[in-house]
Amino acid sequence: MSFEVPDDRRYLETHEWIHVEDGVGRVGLTDFAQDELGDVVFVEFPAVGEHLDQEAQFGVIESIKAVSDLYAPVSGEVTAVNDDIETAPELVNEDPYGAGWLLELDVESEDDLTDILTPAEYRERTG
Amino acid sequence: MSLQRSPLRDHHEERGARFTDFGGWEMPVSFDSIREEHAAVREGAGKFDVSHMGEIEVEGPDAAELMCRLTTNDPTSLDPGEGQYAAITDEAGTMLDDTVLYRRGENRFLFVPNAGHDEEMTDRWRSHRERWGLDATVENVTRERAMIAVQGPDAVGLVADASTDDVAGIGRFEATETAIAGVEAFVARTGYTGEDGVEVIPPWEAAGTVWSTLACQPCGLGARDTLRLEAGFLLSGQDFHPEENPRNPYEADVGFAVDLDTEFVGREAIAGVAEAGVEGRLVGIELTERGVPRHGYTIETPGGEAIGTVTSGTMSPTLETPIALGYVPVTHADPGTDLRVVVRGEPKGARVRETPFLER
Repeated sequence: MSFEVPDDRRYLETHEWIHVEDGVGRVGLTDFAQDELGDVVFVEFPAVGEHLDQEAQFGVIESIKAVSDLYAPVSGEVTAVNDDIETAPELVNEDPYGAGWLLELDVESEDDLTDILTPAEYRERTG
Repeated sequence: MSLQRSPLRDHHEERGARFTDFGGWEMPVSFDSIREEHAAVREGAGKFDVSHMGEIEVEGPDAAELMCRLTTNDPTSLDPGEGQYAAITDEAGTMLDDTVLYRRGENRFLFVPNAGHDEEMTDRWRSHRERWGLDATVENVTRERAMIAVQGPDAVGLVADASTDDVAGIGRFEATETAIAGVEAFVARTGYTGEDGVEVIPPWEAAGTVWSTLACQPCGLGARDTLRLEAGFLLSGQDFHPEENPRNPYEADVGFAVDLDTEFVGREAIAGVAEAGVEGRLVGIELTERGVPRHGYTIETPGGEAIGTVTSGTMSPTLETPIALGYVPVTHADPGTDLRVVVRGEPKGARVRETPFLER
């Protein structure tokens, strides 16, 4: 079984993705990770306005069978969290790169992106 | 020690199952998603490979007495074709396991201990038989029989249609012998999901034929766990454990399966408990805040005093609310009592709730 790894974003080994556009970094969980976790039932988010350091834990995602920590792909301030997840956590399973996004960051430095995995590198690790 | 495998292993692999280690067996944890499998059982029918469950045959002139003296209920009250739930306790009244036992004939019983307990229980039955000088054979047939649970509102009809006998005509906790697609099998109207349904015990090597014939959603141990939790059923080794969490049947809230008018190992201790009352017992708990309660989480009073531990918990797929089982002092065991459950250091509001969580 092969999992989707879009080319327009970067990845962490801990299976978060980030897509940056106009300085706003949208963060979510990869297709591989949502499949491993199974049915997502709960996400614990940081507060909007909280500052996150690159690779710092920012929250927790729970499926019926497992609990997993979430890490920030880059440093920045949280500008939004995906409120839809509260009522529809299954969005993370159904559309991990779209409607199932988790939060948005005001990216401090796009240089951070060079420290994390390219799509090819992430594919290699999960292939 | 290598993990034991079900005779249906290849069927599951082909169907794309994920596997998990459970009680020394490598069994499917899910085929599709736990949510889908759970819903299939609540709304239609689902089938579970539960070949990891033990099967022990007890036969002979003293079979009924041996069964009666090693289980907390009263197997002598059963007519052939009837079954009952019971606990298996030691001298101290501590639950070693729980089981469903069936009277197959005047002098013939079958009982189903939990995964990984079959050898222990076979030894227990044989050593007590020797000690008491009883005349009955005890055969562990766990590796000669598969077990398939078909559960849900449509389950009985599905199995009845595939059977040569009147499976739909047997009542709850009753059993019969039939043939399914030409395979001789023991069929009981029992289960672990809170739904109507049956458990089919075919010979090991013919399990694949039965599994394929009973066409419905395949379900793994993940959905089995969420379904049994909604029904408030205990999981041996997790909601009680002879060393890690020793409990008598009253503490574990299965006092209905104790018949103090019979003589069984642990009776004296349990009669003492019945008279004195328990200090703590298993209750259903519902979180009133967001979070997922899990095994080992601390239960507190609203004031923050630790008073117990969660033994099982999940996000209920049917109720869409976090539910748990756990032990609390009887002073905090009444439905509606406010509690807290500590989820990763954060106390979350909770309250005692009557089980089953899901009324059927």
